[in-house]
Amino acid sequence: MTVIHMFQYGFIQRALVAGSLIAVLCAVLGVFLVLRKLSLIGDGLAHVTFGSVALALFVNIPPLAVTLAAIPLVMLASLGILKLMEKAKIFGDAAVGIVASLGIAVGVLMAGLSGGFSVDLFSYLFGNILSVSREEVIIAATLFCTILTAVSLYYYELLAVTFDEELARTSGINTKRVNRLLVLLTSLIVVLAMKVAGIMLVSALIVLPAVTALQIATGFRTALILAAACALLAVVAGIIASFALNIPAGATIILLNFGLFLCAFLGRRFVPQR
Amino acid sequence: MSVDVLAMENLSCRYQGHEALTEITMKVTAGDYVGIVGPNGSGKSTLVRAMLGLLAPDAGRVLLFGVPVTTFRQWRRIGYLPQSMRHFNPAVPATVEEVIRLGLLPHKRFPRRVGGKSDTPAVERALEALGIAGIRKKLIGELSGGQQQRALLARAIVGRPELLILDEPTTALDPETRERFYTLLGELHREEGTTIILVTHDTGSIGSMASRLIYVDRRIIFNGTLDDFCHSKEMTAFFGEASQHLICHRH
Repeated sequence: MTVIHMFQYGFIQRALVAGSLIAVLCAVLGVFLVLRKLSLIGDGLAHVTFGSVALALFVNIPPLAVTLAAIPLVMLASLGILKLMEKAKIFGDAAVGIVASLGIAVGVLMAGLSGGFSVDLFSYLFGNILSVSREEVIIAATLFCTILTAVSLYYYELLAVTFDEELARTSGINTKRVNRLLVLLTSLIVVLAMKVAGIMLVSALIVLPAVTALQIATGFRTALILAAACALLAVVAGIIASFALNIPAGATIILLNFGLFLCAFLGRRFVPQR
Repeated sequence: MSVDVLAMENLSCRYQGHEALTEITMKVTAGDYVGIVGPNGSGKSTLVRAMLGLLAPDAGRVLLFGVPVTTFRQWRRIGYLPQSMRHFNPAVPATVEEVIRLGLLPHKRFPRRVGGKSDTPAVERALEALGIAGIRKKLIGELSGGQQQRALLARAIVGRPELLILDEPTTALDPETRERFYTLLGELHREEGTTIILVTHDTGSIGSMASRLIYVDRRIIFNGTLDDFCHSKEMTAFFGEASQHLICHRH
């Protein structure tokens, strides 16, 4: 079977469409998160997703609804991280750590109460983009439009807050609202991305394309475009390689993303600066 | 009746358990050029942050253009240059031009857009005024401290604010750039009527420019004109003759 033939399969088409949409969103939000030193929020919210999924499976929610059921819980957790940072005066990494460990604890507890880890839960841990359903593609497309519209509408506010939060406040920007928007959008994308890379590797989809772009970007908008392009390239190449070589798609996508980062890093070191 | 540009009434702030500012009462009227001076750790930057509502006071209140800072929304009237680029994130791959354009955000309504052609003349003017047109496409994080300072000042003045608040703006500047910077402030004050609040420990330079001098050391020690300052025996006793002479001599 040739690589061309693989595109005839519906599951490959769905994987390519959903994977591309999700990867681009992760990359775009990733640029803001990495620069805000919130890189690990993706990891933390992925852990909460694990707890939410375990809870959903525990109460026998149908497979498609598991994703939808996890969204409000993960959104609440993202706001919880912000509140901890603001009210408890603790750093972002510690706040993420608290919420992440809580998510894992709930997940393990639910799995224990249900009589042990089920196969379903493991599929969420490691992801399987080749099993994306038509409904999940529709959810991905809807969230793609929603999140990109929000980022577009708040682009300059997000940039101002990322550049200097205090200066942004003296420009009349409601920085709390912008921060809430960023973490809420992140929680949406984390839940969605668990199908692509699995809960264990979601944060890599957020962090790697962003840090790759930041190595070589010549402006902020360029950084967003480069991050999206790197993510897209890694997802498409990763799915093709996964199918052709019969290797796990999620891990392949992440390794390709790391390869791109390495190229950008070395390119920046060895190619003369502008 | 003209409204004070800035009014602080019995303002007290604590910082990390210590009294940072005590019973600060002061006014700045339109057209003032106020120099706020004081030794390191005297609460100057805390004062600026309280002025802008970035710090909630323990007592007292701040009014900007007659409106409590907590409900103030007319940020287009204010330009702010924070201390030594202390807060900005140099990893953000924003060009000088992108940073300056952010200074126009207070003039926009949702969805705020500052990348359009209609904003270009203001950006060009700011770039020219600060002599940084040649580095407009450079990433701000890759510039020298002096160039970053000028880019941030351009951001502060691009919207032609009525009140310009500058916190230790010359610390990263070489003497020549510092002179140009003070000349520009003088022009903004004289030609555009911009009210300026300049916080500095550069007491020697401020004496020749400010119409009023406020000396802060957790509380207001002196608030008056430079002449008053120079002829005040209390100030001589407080500063010592040499320091007072340094400020007044430049005048």
